[in-house]
Amino acid sequence: MNIPKNVYLKWYESMLLIRKFEIRAAQMYGQQKIKGFCHLYNGQEACIVGAVSALTKNDKFITAYRDHAHPIALGIHPKYVMAELFGKITGVSKGMGGSMHMFSKEKNFLGGHGIVGGQIPLGVGIAFAEKYKKTKNLCITYMGDGAVRQGAFHESLNLAMLYKLPIIFAIENNGYAMGTSVQRSSNVTDLYKLGASYDMESLVVDGLKVDEVHKTITKIAKKVRTGIPILLEIKTYRYKGHSVSDPANYRDKKELEKFQKKDSIEYIKALILKKKIGSEKEIEKIDNKVTNTIKESIEFADKSEFPKLEDAINCVYEQKDYKFLKE
Amino acid sequence: MRQIQFREAIKEAMSEEMRRDKSIFLMGEEVAEYDGAYKASQGMLKEFGSKRVIDTPISELGFAGLGIGASMNDLRPIIEFMTFNFSLVAIDQVINSAAKMSIMSGGQYTIPIVFRGPTGSAGSLGSQHSQNFENWYANCPGLKVVVPSNPHDAKGLLKSSIRDNDPVIFMESEQMYGDKGEVSEEEYLIPIGKAIIKKAGKDITIVSFGKVMKLVWQVSEILAKENIDIEVIDLHTIRPLDIETIIESVKKTNRLVIVEEAWPLASIASEIAYQVQKNAFDYLDAPIKKINNLDIPLPFSPALVEEVLPNIKRILEAVKSVL
Repeated sequence: MNIPKNVYLKWYESMLLIRKFEIRAAQMYGQQKIKGFCHLYNGQEACIVGAVSALTKNDKFITAYRDHAHPIALGIHPKYVMAELFGKITGVSKGMGGSMHMFSKEKNFLGGHGIVGGQIPLGVGIAFAEKYKKTKNLCITYMGDGAVRQGAFHESLNLAMLYKLPIIFAIENNGYAMGTSVQRSSNVTDLYKLGASYDMESLVVDGLKVDEVHKTITKIAKKVRTGIPILLEIKTYRYKGHSVSDPANYRDKKELEKFQKKDSIEYIKALILKKKIGSEKEIEKIDNKVTNTIKESIEFADKSEFPKLEDAINCVYEQKDYKFLKE
Repeated sequence: MRQIQFREAIKEAMSEEMRRDKSIFLMGEEVAEYDGAYKASQGMLKEFGSKRVIDTPISELGFAGLGIGASMNDLRPIIEFMTFNFSLVAIDQVINSAAKMSIMSGGQYTIPIVFRGPTGSAGSLGSQHSQNFENWYANCPGLKVVVPSNPHDAKGLLKSSIRDNDPVIFMESEQMYGDKGEVSEEEYLIPIGKAIIKKAGKDITIVSFGKVMKLVWQVSEILAKENIDIEVIDLHTIRPLDIETIIESVKKTNRLVIVEEAWPLASIASEIAYQVQKNAFDYLDAPIKKINNLDIPLPFSPALVEEVLPNIKRILEAVKSVL
C-alpha cells in the first residue's frame, strides 16, 4: 500500500494535536474551568487518526464518551471542542453536551454517547440508512472494551449481519473498563473472537501504529461498503485513568511505562525521520503550530460566552414556544 | 361515512404516509410476513416490499436503537413494539438516545421517529403484559406521547406523529384494534398537543384518554338517564399536555374526575389534579377524584381483572361523590 508522504505528516500533526489538547484539558480541569466527567484519550490517538485517513468525508463516525479526539481528527478546530468542555455557547454542541457529547453534523460525527454500548445500535441504524439511501458510505462505530459485555453490542452485531449493513465495529481495547481489566470482565479476552458467534469477519490491529490502523481500515472498508459488516479490535492503551478523577491504582505503573515506550506519536515521528519523510526542523514546525493552536483554543474557550437558559430550551423540541418549557 | 377498524386506521395512516415520503419505513417484530402481530400492518409488505416493511428478530433494544440511528441519518422510521411492555428492554434507547439527542447535540440532530404499539392490559394476560407506561414516557422531556381512543383519532394523530420531527411514543391497545368507527376517506390530520372536548356538558368534567375512554362513554350514557350532564375531554396527547382545555372546562363545570388506566402514584391523573388545583382552585366545588388501577400488579385471574382496573362502578361512585 503506497501512502503519500504528506499523510505521515498529517498523522503526526493530528495525533500531537489530540495529545496536547488532552494534556491541556486536564490542566483546565484542574483549574475548574472544565466541570463534570472528563475522559481523556492520551495514548489512544492512532485509533481515530488512522481511521480518518482511511475513510472518506461522507463516511459516518460515532463513539462513546471518550470523544474529544474524534471531532478534532475529523478536522473540527480544537477551539470548538475546548469551548464545549468549558460549557460555552461556541462549543460544538453549544455547551449542551459537554465532554461526553461532542457532535458535528458538518463533519459527519454523530456523537459522543454516555451510556456504555448505547451508541452501537445507533451506529447500526446510521449504516442502515446508508444502505437504504443506496450510498457507498459506511459507518464506523467506536466502542471501548467494556461495551462488548453489553447486550446492545450483541444485538447490534446480529442485526448488522442480518441486514448486511456497511458498518465497522471498532473496539478500542485499552485494557480497562473503568477499573475492571478485560481479564476480569469475561473469560473471552480476545475481543475480536466475539464476532464469530454471528459469522462476522473479525480481525485485530495494533492500535499504537497509526499506519497499521490506516492500512487495515483501508483494506476492510472496501468490503464493508458492499454490505459486509466487520469487527475490528484495535489494541491500544490509555495513559490516564478512566476519567480525570481516577488515579488508576488498579494497574501496575510498570504496565504504563511499557506502553509509553511504544508511544504512538513517538512511533510515527521516528518513522518520519527514518524514512526521511520529514526533517527534525519540519517536525519542530508542526510542534510549534500545534502548541499555538491549543493556546488559541483555550483563549477562545475562555473568552466565549456561556449559553442562556433560552438556548437550552430551544434544543428540546422543534417547536420552541411550548408554554410548559418555560414554567 | 364508511366504518373501519382501529387496526385498519393505523394501517391507512402508515401506508398513506409511506406513499407520500420514501424516507419512512416500518420495522418491528412480525410486522412484515406475519402481517403484524395484531394485523395493524396487513398487506403492507405486499405494497411496500421488504426494503420498507422489515421484520426483526426479538431484539427490542437493538432495533429501537437502529431506528434512532437511522433517523439521525435522514430516515423517518416507524418502530413497532409488539406491546409497550416489551419496550422496557429498549427504554435505554428511547430515553437516553431519542429523547436526548437534540439537546446533547445542541440541536444538530433531531429524531423524527415514531415508536408505536399497544399499551396497557388486554384481559387476563398476567402482570408482565398488562402495564401502562404513558406516564413514564411522558415524564421525559424530548419525547411526545400520543394515545388515541378511536379509529378516526388514531388515523389523524398517527399521520401527524409520523410527520413530527421529534420522537413520538404512540400508544394503542389490543382491546381497540377490532373497534369500528367512522373514518373519512378524505385525508386529514389531527394536531398533537390538543385535547378535545368530545361532549359538552355542564355538571362535571371527566378527563380520560386511550382505551378507557370507552368506559367514560358508557358512564356518560348511564348518567344521562339520570339527567347528569357530563363534559367529556379526550386528551389525545399526554405530552405536551393540553392543560388549558381542562382548566377552562373545570371553570365551567366546577367538578373534575380523571379516569386513567395506570397505577395511581405519580400518574397522569396526579399531574392533572395538581395543575387544576393550582390554576382553578377557586372554581372547584368538590375535591378532584381520580380513578386509576388499584395499586397492585394486575393479577391473572379473570375474576379479578375488572376489579383492579378502572371500571364503571368506580367511575360512577366517583362522579356521584362529587356532585
